Amino acid sequence: MAESKPTPQSTFTGPVIVDPITRIEGHLRIMVEVENGKIKDAWSSSQLFRGLEIILKGRDPRDAQHFTQRACGVCTYVHALASTRCVDNAVKVNIPANARLMRNLVMAAQYLHDHIVHFYHLHALDWVDVTNALKADPQKAAKLAANIAPARPENSAESLKAVQDRLKAFVDTGQLGIFTNAYFLGGHPAYYLPPEVDLIATAHYLEALHLQVKAARGMAVFGGKNPHTQFTVVGGCTNYEGMTPDRIAEFTSLWKETKKFVDEVYIPDLLAVAGFYKDWGGIGGCTNFLTFGEFPGDVSNTEKYMDSCYFPAGVMMNRDLKKVDKVDLKEITEHVKYSWYKGDEAHHPYEGVTEPQYTKLDDKQRYSWMKAPRYKGKAMEVGPLARVLIAYAKGHKETKALVDTVLKKLSIPATALFSTLGRTAARGIETAIIAEKMDAWIKEYAANIKKGDTNLAAKWDMPAVGEGVGLVDAPRGALSHWIKIKDKKIDNFQLVVPSTWNLGPRCAAGAVSPVEEALIGSPIADPKRPVEILRTVHAFDPCIACGVHVIEPNSNEVLKFRIR
Amino acid sequence: MKFSVGLGRENAEKRLEQRGVTRRDFMKFCASVAAAMGMGPAFAPKVAQALTATKRPSVVWLHNAECTGCSEAILRTVKPFIDELILDTISLDYHETIMAAAGEAAEEALHKAVASPDGYFLVVEGGIPTIENGAWGKVSGKTMLETTKELAPKAKGVICMGTCSCFGGVQKAKPNPSQAQGVKEATGVTTINIAGCPPNPINFVGAVVHVLTKGIPELDDNGRPKMFYGETVHDNCPRLKHFEASEFAPSFDSEEAKKGYCLYELGCKGPVTYNNCPKVLFNQTIWPVQAGHPCIGCSEPDFWDAMSPFYQQ
Repeated sequence: MAESKPTPQSTFTGPVIVDPITRIEGHLRIMVEVENGKIKDAWSSSQLFRGLEIILKGRDPRDAQHFTQRACGVCTYVHALASTRCVDNAVKVNIPANARLMRNLVMAAQYLHDHIVHFYHLHALDWVDVTNALKADPQKAAKLAANIAPARPENSAESLKAVQDRLKAFVDTGQLGIFTNAYFLGGHPAYYLPPEVDLIATAHYLEALHLQVKAARGMAVFGGKNPHTQFTVVGGCTNYEGMTPDRIAEFTSLWKETKKFVDEVYIPDLLAVAGFYKDWGGIGGCTNFLTFGEFPGDVSNTEKYMDSCYFPAGVMMNRDLKKVDKVDLKEITEHVKYSWYKGDEAHHPYEGVTEPQYTKLDDKQRYSWMKAPRYKGKAMEVGPLARVLIAYAKGHKETKALVDTVLKKLSIPATALFSTLGRTAARGIETAIIAEKMDAWIKEYAANIKKGDTNLAAKWDMPAVGEGVGLVDAPRGALSHWIKIKDKKIDNFQLVVPSTWNLGPRCAAGAVSPVEEALIGSPIADPKRPVEILRTVHAFDPCIACGVHVIEPNSNEVLKFRIR
Repeated sequence: MKFSVGLGRENAEKRLEQRGVTRRDFMKFCASVAAAMGMGPAFAPKVAQALTATKRPSVVWLHNAECTGCSEAILRTVKPFIDELILDTISLDYHETIMAAAGEAAEEALHKAVASPDGYFLVVEGGIPTIENGAWGKVSGKTMLETTKELAPKAKGVICMGTCSCFGGVQKAKPNPSQAQGVKEATGVTTINIAGCPPNPINFVGAVVHVLTKGIPELDDNGRPKMFYGETVHDNCPRLKHFEASEFAPSFDSEEAKKGYCLYELGCKGPVTYNNCPKVLFNQTIWPVQAGHPCIGCSEPDFWDAMSPFYQQ
């Protein structure tokens, strides 16, 4: 592995705005103040308001999953699952084991798909200069690939040469399509991969476009379709065909192929690229971390959910790897002082009142359609890094082993995890762990069916009045849906979403959000092509449409939710 | 097999041969694309022509009020695969989810594409917030309403990818807080509507190839190509026999549900939904009714209100 280079930095002073932030879900505007080549202050501004929660009011609670799933089509399924768990919780139904396992398997498949697409198609171009791959020696690239990954025909000199030829023919057309005006065109001081690594990564970018089709197909085998699954219902799942040996075999084979790609392509690429960008282990870190846990063994109530998750729930403050606290859902508040809503006060999500009030673009006092969630008043990073850090700190066996291996391979200390590089590495680490673990879950599911359990859905009755919460730790982080039912209809529905935690604005105290904190201090080599901003923002894998939500704007009713 | 042919230069066939792809293989591939579009094998040469054009047609893709599920859907295309589509067939000159450039550089890419004398095709994903003159939805500081109104009339053709851009979509559901509209409603421009939430990518690719080879396909009253949206889901449903025998599942936990009986009593909207889901399947393997879940009518205008509650008839 190459040694770390000094991070290039300009002497520029002044504002830089990136809008649109591309290669994300949704509409995000990032504004920073740069002083002598370093980011001094940052503002994360969400640019779209749709009002899903207003739309949900008065509807049938069973329908919520279909509406909320349309919060995001990239992290598809996670909202459908959160809403379904939420209404399950409100109607007090205990779902059959097969349903829990089927839901978990679809979630695991979603993680694999989502993280692969993020690494190659949403994030890689921040590190990889596609045009530099044209200068590569395919023989040398093949040798390098053989050093970092198991032998595979796609990494042969011949295959890599074919990719290079294809790329050259494409560039020669003069129609650069999706690469038009890329920051790396003509060279960029902040890109430091050798041409051979650029070629390998570019080849795998294209290969991953094909692989992700199969990873998504795996989700669809049980989920009915992808994007936007259609197989969950309150009380369980509907896909009885998904219990047949043929469908289980189909899912297994797609999982195996995806896992092979993760182990033989994604992880080696991640390590190879990271090896050249070790300086990013000191840039873009946050302070506090939160996860609700995921892949539950028991969903009969919220407490058991969090205690039974494969990836443990927890809270870590001040980067303290020695101390993980239990999650107390009552400690969550949402702030609107800096958002395009009326009012200044912070409320627990269930006591909040929000009314849209757009001011203007680049207003620094009110600058986002997102609210600012806080835990015990603190900004919390959620997502892969939070999950991995908390699992690592709690001694989660598989996480501890893989994190230590990665740290050793990169020869970086654990403190380097608190960074943009750490965030991106954590995403790969958990992908590999989940891919490995799925074997056991598939076997458990198949064995349960084999012993004669044919149940996939349970009976339940809609109460006239009720309330419930559905927790999910989505690929992007801690997600919760909250419902209040009145006259068997939705009286109130709340979504507290990963990207709101990570990419919201300042809170009532004026303290910055995780992405704002992460951006401050980052170097900028070329203010016209601020790739460093993309690196850190993309490391969070923003999903902005998810993050913007609001409750009934005209109600002054104070809603109290009991956390059961 | 990987095709890389429409590279804007002469001798596409020679280059194919160099890559070890015979003309026979290539025509087989084109025939399969034609078949995916519901066309006969006689249509394959037209597909071949479109895939080997000297200059790839420019496509500009706008993201308005949306969830990006339609972009994700298009990533799942297999005939052709997405890289073949965007590297070899069209020039995708602006697409916020996958383009390399960001910020001003992205904005410039858009300006450059729409100023080209060769013109551009416009694809729109997402509804358009119209409240406060569109102020609730902005990209590059400009409202989605303004940008779409500017670009749609000048395009060589406008394809709406998904129910949101076709008809307004989920954000238009009552009480429609952002006063969202579909592209036709907001701009007055006639659009080819690839409805669905999200649509099957095969319908989008089929429409693109049709536009490139034969012009605008025949549309129904809702602007949807009849070749994909000409029949109801119910007409082609494998569970139709149970409907006709009055064999219905009364609940999701019932023995009848386990046996794969008709989902009509659980709210299935297949009888009033025009789409080809049972015929083409999603992800080449399944579709919701096959997965035991009722159709929610996602390719119909305003289905969020018109078809809900989803679990009741």
